Amino acid sequence: MKMDFSKFPDEHGHFGPYGGVFAPETLMAALEQLKNEYALVKNDPGFLKELAEDLQNYVGRPTPLYYAKRWSEQLGGGKIYLKREDLNHTGAHKINNTIGQALLAKRLGKKRIIAETGAGQHGVASATVAARLGLECVVYMGADDVVRQAPNVARMRMLGATVVPVTSGTKTLKDALNEAMRDWVTNVDETFYIIGTVAGPHPYPEMVRDFQTIIGRETKQQALQHENKLPDVLIACVGGGSNAIGLFHEFLADDSVEMYGVEPAGLGLETGQHAAPLCKGKPGVFHGNRTYLMQDENGQILGTHSISAGLDYPGVGPEHAWLKEIGRVNYVAIDDEEALQGFRDLTRFEGIIPALESSHALAYATKLAPTLASDKMIVVNLSGRGDKDMNTIAQIEGIEF
Amino acid sequence: MSRLQKKLTALKQAGKTALIPYITAGDPNPKATVALMHLLVEKGADVIELGVPFSDPMADGPVIQKAVERALTHNVSLDDVLEYVRVFREQDTETPVVLMGYLNPIEAQGYEAFANAASSVGVDAVLTVDMPPEESAGYLEALQSAHLDRVFLVSPTTPDNRLSAVNEKGSGFVYYVSLKGVTGSKELDVEDVAQNVNRLRSSLTMPMGIGFGIKDETTAFEMAKIGDAVIVGSALVKLIEANQSKGSYDIHLAIGEKMTEFRDALDRADTLKGQE
Repeated sequence: MKMDFSKFPDEHGHFGPYGGVFAPETLMAALEQLKNEYALVKNDPGFLKELAEDLQNYVGRPTPLYYAKRWSEQLGGGKIYLKREDLNHTGAHKINNTIGQALLAKRLGKKRIIAETGAGQHGVASATVAARLGLECVVYMGADDVVRQAPNVARMRMLGATVVPVTSGTKTLKDALNEAMRDWVTNVDETFYIIGTVAGPHPYPEMVRDFQTIIGRETKQQALQHENKLPDVLIACVGGGSNAIGLFHEFLADDSVEMYGVEPAGLGLETGQHAAPLCKGKPGVFHGNRTYLMQDENGQILGTHSISAGLDYPGVGPEHAWLKEIGRVNYVAIDDEEALQGFRDLTRFEGIIPALESSHALAYATKLAPTLASDKMIVVNLSGRGDKDMNTIAQIEGIEF
Repeated sequence: MSRLQKKLTALKQAGKTALIPYITAGDPNPKATVALMHLLVEKGADVIELGVPFSDPMADGPVIQKAVERALTHNVSLDDVLEYVRVFREQDTETPVVLMGYLNPIEAQGYEAFANAASSVGVDAVLTVDMPPEESAGYLEALQSAHLDRVFLVSPTTPDNRLSAVNEKGSGFVYYVSLKGVTGSKELDVEDVAQNVNRLRSSLTMPMGIGFGIKDETTAFEMAKIGDAVIVGSALVKLIEANQSKGSYDIHLAIGEKMTEFRDALDRADTLKGQE
C-alpha cells in the first residue's frame, strides 16, 4: 500500500510512534490553543496570501536553484544543483518559519515572542520579524554558542532583541531550549514561543514543516524548468531537521527521488563526540516529543559535539525519526573535517561561502556525486550562508581579521 | 486502598493537612538520601516526594536544577533511586514515597520493568512532569498493574475540559501547580490559588496537594488553609546547597528547623480550620 505522507502527523501529533505532546501541564492549554489556531489558518486563503506576499517581498523568494557547474565538473559524475536558501533575507532558511509563526503570534494577540537559538540564525530571524511587527523579543542562547557565533549575537541585539546567555547544562542549544521552555511556562499568557526547528511538542513539528515546505515546492518546479524532470537525489543537513524536511516533504511520495539527511559526526561517530541521534542514538522522550536521542543507558541526555552550532543538538524532529524507521530517507553522517572541506570547496569553486551546517550536506555531495552518472541530478539544500562562521573558519585557517 | 490513599484519607478524617517535602535523590551525594528521608519523617513529613535526577529538568527553577546537577556528578540513576527507597523501607513501612521526575529515564528502563521494580522496593506513586494524561497509554497500565498511584499535575491554565482525564487516569492525589512558572518561583498569589483550587475542587475526585513557590511559614500556612496537602521543595533543597560544604550534620540541622516551621504552620492552619 502506498503511504499518504500528507496524513502525518495524526491529530495528536504522532508520526507512527514518534512525536506527540510530552509537555508540562502549564503549557497544555497554550499548545491546544496554538494547535486550534494553526488548524484554522493553514487553509485560510487570507493568511496564506499574506504569508506568500511576505515571502516574496520581504524574504526575497523564490530563491534560485543554481547549477554548480564548475564544482560538478571538478567532482565528475552527477550534476549538483544548489537550492539557494542562503540568499533569503537574514541569510538562511530559518526566516521561512519565523515569518509564518509571527503572523500567528499577531493573530493570537501576543505582545512578546521568545526563541531558542544555536547558530543564531533562528534567533536573528526571530529578532527580525519581531522588529518588523513591533513585538518584544527574548532569545535564549547557550553561553558557548554566544561566543562562537558572536556576529549573530550582535545582529540580534542591533535588531532590539534581548539575548540571554544560558549557562546551565552543556551551555548549547538543548539548554537554550530548556530555558526558553521555562520562560514560556512562566509567561505563557502574553508570550508566543517561536520554535526554530521541526521538534518540540505538537503542533510545532507539523507547523514548522509546513512553513518550510516552500523550499521543496519551489525546487520541484525549478527542477522541471532546468532539467525537465524531478531530481534524482536530495541532500540536506539535519540538526533538528527543518531545512531537510522543508526540502524533502514535497518529494516523499515520489519514489524515484532518493533522499539523504546528513547528521554531524563531529570528531567521528565512533568517538561519541558527535550530534548524530539518527545514526547512533535511540528513541526516547525529550523536549516535548518522542524521537531519536543521544542518551546514556539511564536515559540521561548526552552532551553533543559539532563544529557547527546549528547542528549541535542531541535530538531530532520526530518526522525524521519516522522517515528513518520506514526507510524513506537515508540518514548518514559527515564529520567536522569533511564539513570544513565542503566549506572550502564551495567557496573556491563556486564563489559561495556556505554556513558550516550546510557544509555537511555539501560534503556528502562530494562523496556521492562521483558515484553517479552524469545525467543524474542532485539537489543540495544550501540552507544558509557562512558569514556567521567567519570567526571559526578564520581561526582554523589562521586568517587574521 | 494504597498506602498513599490510606494515609491521605486518615489525615483528612483527622482534620490534618499533609506535609509533603521534596528532595532530589542523590543530593548532595548518594549517601545522604536515606538519612534525609528518615529526618523528614521525624520532623513531620506525611509523604515524601523523591526527585529522580534528569539531565534536562525543564520545569524546574535554578535551585532544583543545581540539586540535579549535584546528584548527576555522582551519576545517580533511576536504579540508584529505587535502591534508596528499598533501604528506606527497611526501617519505614508507613510513609508513602512518591517519585517525581521526567519521562525519559523511565522510557529508557521500559514502563513495565520500571513499574515492577518500583513497586517491589516500596515506591507508592509516580509523578512524571512531562507526561500528560493524553500520552499516558501503556505507561498508566504498567503503573496500575504494579499497584502504583498515578499523580498528575493541574495548573492555573488547565481548562475544565481536561479535568475528567485527570480523574479517570490519576490516583492518590492531584498536584496543583500554584503558579505559572518553574519550581521555586517567587510570586505566589494566595487569592488566585484559592479561587482556582475552589474551582477545581468541584470537578476533581481526589485530594489536592499544592506546590511550587511555597517558601516559608506564611505561604505554607495560607496554602494549608486551601489544600489537602502542601508540597515544599526548593525551600529545603536550598538549605542542602547552602550547607553542603559543612557536611551532613549542618544539613540535617537546617532541614530539621525548616521542616519544624512548615509543620507548625500547617498545624496552626488545621487548628483554625477545625474551629470554623
